[in-house]
Amino acid sequence: MDILRIATAGSVDDGKSTLIGRLLYETNSITGDKIEALEAASKRKGLNFLDLSLLTDGLIAEREQGITIDVAHIYFSTPKRKYIIADTPGHFEYTRNMVTGASNTSVSIILIDARNGVVEQTKRHFYISSMLRVKNIIVAVNKMDLVNYSQERFEEIRNDFSKLAEQVSFEGQKIEFIPISSLYGENLVKKSEETPWYEGNSLLETLEELDNQVNPISHLPARFPVQVVIRPKTEEFHDYRGYAGKIASGSFLVGDLVEALPSGQISKIKTIEKFGKNLEIAHARESVVITLENDIDISRGNMIVKVGQQPEAKKELEAKVCWLDSHALKIGKTYLLQHGINRVKAKVTSLNSMIDIKNMTLNNEPSHEGGLKLNEIGWISIKTASPIYADKYNENPTNGAFILIDEMSNSTVGVGFVE
Amino acid sequence: MSNFLNNSEIVNSSSDINGIFPRELEDEAIYILREVASQFEKPAILFSGGKDSITVVRLAEKAFYPGKIPFKLLHVDTGHNFPETIEYRDWLVNKLGLELHVRYVEDSIKQGKVKEETGKYASRNAAQTVTLLDAIEEFKFDACIGGARRDEEKARAKERIFSVRDDFGQWNAKKQRPELFDMLNGKIEIGENVRVFPISNWTELDVWNYIKEEKLRIPSIYFTHDRMVFDRDGLIWADSEFINKSEDEIPYSTKVRFRTVGDMTCTAAVASEADNLDDVISEILSAKISERGARIDDKRSEAAMEKRKQAGYF
Repeated sequence: MDILRIATAGSVDDGKSTLIGRLLYETNSITGDKIEALEAASKRKGLNFLDLSLLTDGLIAEREQGITIDVAHIYFSTPKRKYIIADTPGHFEYTRNMVTGASNTSVSIILIDARNGVVEQTKRHFYISSMLRVKNIIVAVNKMDLVNYSQERFEEIRNDFSKLAEQVSFEGQKIEFIPISSLYGENLVKKSEETPWYEGNSLLETLEELDNQVNPISHLPARFPVQVVIRPKTEEFHDYRGYAGKIASGSFLVGDLVEALPSGQISKIKTIEKFGKNLEIAHARESVVITLENDIDISRGNMIVKVGQQPEAKKELEAKVCWLDSHALKIGKTYLLQHGINRVKAKVTSLNSMIDIKNMTLNNEPSHEGGLKLNEIGWISIKTASPIYADKYNENPTNGAFILIDEMSNSTVGVGFVE
Repeated sequence: MSNFLNNSEIVNSSSDINGIFPRELEDEAIYILREVASQFEKPAILFSGGKDSITVVRLAEKAFYPGKIPFKLLHVDTGHNFPETIEYRDWLVNKLGLELHVRYVEDSIKQGKVKEETGKYASRNAAQTVTLLDAIEEFKFDACIGGARRDEEKARAKERIFSVRDDFGQWNAKKQRPELFDMLNGKIEIGENVRVFPISNWTELDVWNYIKEEKLRIPSIYFTHDRMVFDRDGLIWADSEFINKSEDEIPYSTKVRFRTVGDMTCTAAVASEADNLDDVISEILSAKISERGARIDDKRSEAAMEKRKQAGYF
């Protein structure tokens, strides 16, 4: 069974929680006792209907303020596939949580309030989804009941969004528009009778039919970051030396000629194993153990790649960065750069430009003093203490992203995309 | 970068030929466990003998094979366990040659660190946190791996995979580290620790399907058996010396099983005839009550779990 990972994003009161609640409700993913609890909670709020949004607003502060603060993960399944929703906050100040939520997904559902149309948050969500190379965008125009299910209004919003897409979208990204009412469940699971003019599918039908090929990244250059070197030193496995890790991209075959980085030593794949079982081939995202024909120097954080597909060793790189911490990025400060599982010391040498998402304008002379503040996005130059073997994010996302860790606080303070 | 398309012939790898369980979840969990082994000095698995921690142990076995599991096991014993679970625990530890530490809530109570609850709903569930935090300090564990899942409960839905706790074991939902892609940041100061949840993205059904496909042995109380029970608040409670019953709560024998295995004072049974995994799974698919709905500890308030997590609970 495959897994479709979805990120939802919307402004405050766009009805995002209600939408998710209804998806769960209508796919029979909510058990009886939870519905009872929901009834009781809805009554306490003085409502005479089931407030489905209460299903996902989990934290005390969230319930008090009626907003989503942190990324919540929600699960449901149909006979066809398992769904994981990363429900992310809409507030500007929680943009970092949105980036987090969207980083693991292949679909973004962007909610628009039909009355308000495309607003700043819409641009932000769309920009971030595209920056992360989320392949499928579903624009759910919600609260259609409040605009009398007007086709004209829907088309207007579609046009506005499409104009935005000319600036933001990338080649190969698919964008679909669906008129919905999450409060009444219109076009969510089944097609609505309220929108006879709409020819597309309901939201769930659209999700069910999305192409969820896990393996496009199997055709990318093969990258295997070594997490653990397994040396049992038991009688049975006396000389055994296996390299355990999760394939970041591409595929590895038994017999492949490989190079270990950074040592540059060459060997051949002897076995690819999963719990003692030998495989002929393994693809991206599989956790395996690889053994090689000869003993070469490989330790944790090193990378095994195929000969002929070696990445460039980089000590200086350009990257787009989204800042995730309340302490601004400081030019000249040393951070820890974690690329996959490999950590190196790194210094940000300059802040080259910043984007103003609200106006979709670039500032090519940002103040170095101010640095990059929480939720801001910019382009930086970075110098690392030892080389990293990253690909460009646009070409190979799993090997093209990194995080920055502040050694003072140990926090993850930034996420970068190699250009 | 010219010839990276040369492997277009696809041979089935193991993940394509399995059953219903999404193997991607296993790959993800194994990746997480390998990160724990690499990023921490003294990691431990919190083992309760329940199906989720059994799953975690299985994943650890697979992650480091043919090497040994590089984690110790810690069991916080409330003293109110189902004997079947303890029996299972000892069998598993012995089979895999693991090192198990047990720390007792009873001792924390005797030391005056926590008060025994009284009354009808008295439970040692909350007291466990005190014993757990003491054990973490005693053994200097810097990472504790648990079988908690995000689908269990609303506060857990917001948990990270690496959940950093301060010196007092507290969870601060607003200060969680962002987790991007699969990059895990386990850097901490001395005294802090990380709770790790490798099966965060699994649902109850995923766990059962995994147990089935992996043919794992589980404690017998997960299957139907005759037991003395009594009714309270619409739930079936197992009768035991640890529970304070009122006079009108009269125990009777019936066929039940447990859907989740916690402390005897906080885990309700369900009426069931299921004596094999297939029947258990079809029961879950049609169940009217959620997994944690049978957890009496969550019924205390709408935010019961969140409050316990803030105090250092799992």
